[in-house]
Amino acid sequence: MRRGRSSRIAVVVSVLAVVVGLTACSSSGNDELLVYNAQHESLTKEWIDAFTKETGIKVTYRQGGDTELGNQLVAEGDKSPADVFLTENSPAMAAVERAGLFADLDAETINQVPSQYRPASGKWTGVAARTTVFVYNKAKLQPDQLPKSLLDLQQPAWKGRWGAAPTKADFQAIVAALLHLKGEAATTQWLAGMKANAKIYNDNIATLKAVNAGEVDGGVIYHYYWFRDQAKTKEMSGNTALYYFRNQDPGAFVSLSGGGVIKSSKKAPQAQQFLRFITGKGGQEVLEKGDSFEYPVASGVPANPALVPLNELQAPVVDPSTLDAQKVADLMTKAGLL
Amino acid sequence: MVAPPVLRPTAPVSRSEATSRPGPLVTATVAILVAVTLIPLGYVAWAAVSIGWTRAYDLVVRPRVGELLFNTVALVVVTVPLCAVIGVGVAWLVERTDLRGRSCWRPLFVAPLAVPAFVNSYAWVGVIPSLHGLSAGVLVSTLSYFPFMYLPVAATLRRLDPAVEESARALGSNSAGVFFRVVLPQLRLAILGGSLLIGVHLLAEFGAFAMVRFDTFTVAIFQQFQVTFDGAAGSMLAGVLVLLCLVLLVAEALARGSVRFARIGAGVPRASTPIRLGRNAIPAQVGLAALTVLALGVPVWTILRWLWIGGADVWVLDDIGTALGQTIGLATVAAVLTTVLAFPVAWVAVRSSGVLARTVEGANYVTSSLPGIVTALALVTVTIHVARPLYQSVALIVFAYVLLFMPRALVNVRAGLAQVPPSLEEASRSLGSSPSATFLRVTLRLTAPAAAAGASLVFVAVATELTATLLLAPTGTRTLSMRFWSFSSELDYAAAAPYALVLVVLAIPLTLVLFRQSTKVAAL
Repeated sequence: MRRGRSSRIAVVVSVLAVVVGLTACSSSGNDELLVYNAQHESLTKEWIDAFTKETGIKVTYRQGGDTELGNQLVAEGDKSPADVFLTENSPAMAAVERAGLFADLDAETINQVPSQYRPASGKWTGVAARTTVFVYNKAKLQPDQLPKSLLDLQQPAWKGRWGAAPTKADFQAIVAALLHLKGEAATTQWLAGMKANAKIYNDNIATLKAVNAGEVDGGVIYHYYWFRDQAKTKEMSGNTALYYFRNQDPGAFVSLSGGGVIKSSKKAPQAQQFLRFITGKGGQEVLEKGDSFEYPVASGVPANPALVPLNELQAPVVDPSTLDAQKVADLMTKAGLL
Repeated sequence: MVAPPVLRPTAPVSRSEATSRPGPLVTATVAILVAVTLIPLGYVAWAAVSIGWTRAYDLVVRPRVGELLFNTVALVVVTVPLCAVIGVGVAWLVERTDLRGRSCWRPLFVAPLAVPAFVNSYAWVGVIPSLHGLSAGVLVSTLSYFPFMYLPVAATLRRLDPAVEESARALGSNSAGVFFRVVLPQLRLAILGGSLLIGVHLLAEFGAFAMVRFDTFTVAIFQQFQVTFDGAAGSMLAGVLVLLCLVLLVAEALARGSVRFARIGAGVPRASTPIRLGRNAIPAQVGLAALTVLALGVPVWTILRWLWIGGADVWVLDDIGTALGQTIGLATVAAVLTTVLAFPVAWVAVRSSGVLARTVEGANYVTSSLPGIVTALALVTVTIHVARPLYQSVALIVFAYVLLFMPRALVNVRAGLAQVPPSLEEASRSLGSSPSATFLRVTLRLTAPAAAAGASLVFVAVATELTATLLLAPTGTRTLSMRFWSFSSELDYAAAAPYALVLVVLAIPLTLVLFRQSTKVAAL
């Protein structure tokens, strides 16, 4: 029995030795700023490279989605190793703010961002923006057949003809804007119309692909998915075009990608500097000149020339901190969409 | 719940079970495993308690949940038998007939496991844009998961005693009769194990239905995380999956019964005489080719098309090399560790009966029926408060892999162990070998093919895992699946394609090597 045990112990020990060895090799340096990055990786990489070049401060990041990293930060609480949090959409920022995990942003950062692109609380700021669009299949719809407003899509005429991804936080932000602008009764009614009319997809990409394939005539998505696919392969957007609702319509809602400094950060000055950089001219020009196709929101930097300028979109004015995600979730649950 | 220090069969049915009572090392390993398995389950239980009865009721009892639960149950009920038919059929053709090119076919039926789920659903929506609903879910998941059935069944088939079949044939049975009356009953453990594995994975599946408009209960769980950013609500809902998994476990236990399937006789491995397919050879080849096209051809064609579009620019060899190295490192360590740890658990499950053995085994399945995000957040919560130095270390992520993928190793090792006749071990002991020498020379050798199959399943699972890796791996880790996900979420499929291709290609030689090694070891 003794030899049997020892040989099995030997196996276990040697495996553990490998594990420990790997741990030692892979632990990263402690002098680096750590970003929990739910923004697209290539964009954040560009920001980090430019920031390090300018300041000499090294930055590392943990890549994830809004849902994963937002929940992770909340679970970590005040013990988080993260210094900065960047997201694609504002609900994850709002959740981390609700958990009381953000530090106040430096006044200099706040002053670089116009007030419509950041919450009044000053706990985080918009760092980029994307606008709601109606993407349509050019073979199925002519420009004069397009809906005048997002609200038109609840009409029986649109039954089975449009798609969206209601389970995603970014679509829920659109519904939150609708709720803020038109009130609960109108929102409830619209959601009932959506339940009856819309084909439900898993995300923006699936919706875009379905519109392109003619599965539905049109879909409600964010603009940059279309532009990115156009810039790459056109595989999912070759048969489609974009339509902007404009006129302060709920369908013209502009959603913010957010950035904030984690309160428990031990490198708060550098973290604040990082936020100041990406909302500054240098950081925002990455959005203008790169191929992320997201809108710059700060320091007066114009959009990528391929895009319709942000100030021509006639977006409704909505304070991101007034978006009531919980109420939206309740209404959508009652409508049977969640 | 902590396992008692001594595991003892409640009522030793036979001499052999009494002599194979687990020693202290086995007992301790099993007890520790059970204890850590309970971390995610404890978290789910805590979540259910902390959000209170009223809110839990509101979350669970609503129309959409009913719809999603129905989808999940229907998916399991339809997909599992389909996978069983395909998996057993393919394994039998490849292992027991004179089919040409058998060694080429073998690894192809493991590779589907390495296709990232997203690629599969993307590819299928490309082929059939209107794909949606239950049929879509069944199609994509059957093609992704039948290898779970094929691998344990093939491993068991290779170890079957041909003498029994020969006797049956000598007594006048035809091939079909031998298959249904002799072979199939001996495959029961492997089939049930594979079914359980597929069922458990279907409960937690998420990514495979990304593009096909089919929502299961796991979607409801993710929504809670997405909408409320309150771990408790989502984790509480995962409790429903735990209950479903318990139903699966009970069903499997009832179907398994208490019949033992150890081989009798000398125990010398001998190749069985291949069954001649004759005129059926061509339909068989066509069938296998069709399955390969559906399960591998469709997703690989999509990957190749992306590669074609991307040209040479997408092959950033430094990045791919780093990701490949990290993936192989993590997957190898996790596969070896998981398989080693599966031995004591399987041993307890096979050699002792009773509630305790069932609990020990069942706990592992229940944990792996939880969606990755639930297990990962449970580990985040526990380690950051209790074991801070381990947080986001390699040790933690490997530990998470063990929790998530233990059933894959367990099913195989268990099926393999059940075929080792205790009388052989007893003979070895009576001839003066120590228990350890007996384990190494008899038990381990006879279970080697099964263990290899289990290890390769864990390896492939780790290589394609995403959520737990994102949350728990050391900062700076970039596995193949992380890179693939990152690029594909930016719609940069051309840049993502090399990573998907490497993942699939990685699975093929791995399986080949494992098959060769296991056959060699078994034949020593």
